[in-house]
Amino acid sequence: MTKLNDYDKAVETYEPVLGLETHIELDTKTKMFCGCSTAFGAEPNTQTCPVCLALPGALPVANKAAVEATIKIGLALNCHIAEWTRFARKNYFYPDMPKNFQTSQYEEPLCENGYVDVVVDGKDHRIEIERVHLEEDTGKTLHVGGATGRIHGATESLVDYNRAGIPLVEIVTKPVPGTGALAPEVARAYVAELRDIVRSLGVSDVRMEQGSLRCDVNLSLNKPGDEWGTRTETKNVNSLRSVERAVRFEVRRQSALLDAGEKIIQETRHFHEGDGTTSPGRSKEEATDYRYFPEPDLAVMEPSREWVEELRASLPEPPRQRRERLQAAWSLGDKEMQSVVNADAVDLIEATVAAGATPSGAVKWWLGELSRRANESGEELGALAITPAQVAELQGMVDDGRLNDKLARQVIDGVLAGEGSPADVAAERGLEVVSDTGALEAAVDEAIAANPAVADKIRGGTHAAAGVLIGAVMKATKGQADAGTVRQIILDKLS
Amino acid sequence: MSTISREEVAHLARLARLEVTDDELDAFAGQLDVILESMKTLAEVNTDGVQPTSHAVPLVNVFREDQPQPSLPRDAVLAGGPDTAEDRFRVPRILDEEA
Ligand SMILES: [Zn+2]
Repeated sequence: MTKLNDYDKAVETYEPVLGLETHIELDTKTKMFCGCSTAFGAEPNTQTCPVCLALPGALPVANKAAVEATIKIGLALNCHIAEWTRFARKNYFYPDMPKNFQTSQYEEPLCENGYVDVVVDGKDHRIEIERVHLEEDTGKTLHVGGATGRIHGATESLVDYNRAGIPLVEIVTKPVPGTGALAPEVARAYVAELRDIVRSLGVSDVRMEQGSLRCDVNLSLNKPGDEWGTRTETKNVNSLRSVERAVRFEVRRQSALLDAGEKIIQETRHFHEGDGTTSPGRSKEEATDYRYFPEPDLAVMEPSREWVEELRASLPEPPRQRRERLQAAWSLGDKEMQSVVNADAVDLIEATVAAGATPSGAVKWWLGELSRRANESGEELGALAITPAQVAELQGMVDDGRLNDKLARQVIDGVLAGEGSPADVAAERGLEVVSDTGALEAAVDEAIAANPAVADKIRGGTHAAAGVLIGAVMKATKGQADAGTVRQIILDKLS
Repeated sequence: MSTISREEVAHLARLARLEVTDDELDAFAGQLDVILESMKTLAEVNTDGVQPTSHAVPLVNVFREDQPQPSLPRDAVLAGGPDTAEDRFRVPRILDEEA
């Protein structure tokens, strides 16, 4: 059993140094070096050709859209774009690589020396970017014969090369010291910011759960004043929450080893989503020796400064700047805006406001009822079957007094069930606030007659007791009355 | 005296998944040595300020537009592998038991 330290104790004694390597699958229509489609979900091995299978004589040619996307990412991360850059072969044998080498970049990456600033705990942390380079993805393996579908214990594997050759951008940070106890949050904030930046560029859908954004987390510990410690690399950490947990776990695990006078082994580790632990990866039977050499089949790239400046001019507003602008426009506090960001609701709320809702109304629905529904069904907020325009329509009906919040929630039920727009659902299900005061007055009279003691209290000046009568009226009208109106009628009658 | 050892040749052979006999190790060490010696001659040339050469042809920025082209028929693709199952290439166990 792995011995673990208490996290707070660990960061009192040791200083963590972070490093993050992120792979992002670009959403170009074709692969990096051939015209095969990259469409997701195709039948296995139907999107391959002589180039991505590396059949003899095939000649790769770089996808211009992928190079442009990588330069854009580099620019958005404040990198220098190389004047001269080339591809390299990374040689290794593994069944998911049909070519027995991966076309990547080595000493001359497309982009270098950038940075991203993230805010954690109200404080700016600068994450320096070492490099952004372009490479290709590998195939997908299906492990059979083992108990869990994992590679361990499998008797054989089945390989689908549809994904092999899809453009992949690798973004590597410099070591990040100085985050102290906030290391897990800073790591998470960096990956979230990177995701938002890349998404704003429109070059990848950056969906961690689908593997189009994958993260490796490096971590070492040292005592204050000492040199940096030996680092471990935890592979394939594939959600924001997991990034945070992986850092936290490694801090606890490594500090326990160091306390016991043991050494940290430089190794690759696997992250386990279920319990948030890491375990050693495949043993290093051979120290990594990839024998990189310049790719002879692909021409050198010399991105002209005109091209780079053209791409720079095309960059959208940086996500952080956009968030600050929207926060001011929506009059939200820092905490509230943080909730909006964490719920991934910025775009949704912006669209809802654009469709006519007030910012407070839009925030209320997306962060309240709709977030709750998304949580229940395990969906992302944006995947719910309700559009920002429909949320704006719903809020409009509440503002007009045609729906109260309770009825609005029932309308949401209907919209999510595919029954149409909020107006359709309200009409179809007969959900409408009773505005017929005659009917309401009759219901109030009944409630007073049924609760004489309560009525006396209200007559005596205890207005808080009106809640009981309001409840009775709401029940009698099946929730279709406006509580404020009912209360007014009650007080008018009993004073 | 070879500047490249038998062990280094064995290591390279292993990385390249080549089976090499003991006699071949000696032979290749000698041959690779000749190549390395020749490279040393090249290393004497002053290349300060000279761009590294990757290609014999003076081409840069050779790009392809992002336009899908037909892929190969799956049967033809799978026929190129020694074994298949479920429309995929079938490969032996990847990790050793203890890993
Ligand atoms: Zn292809």
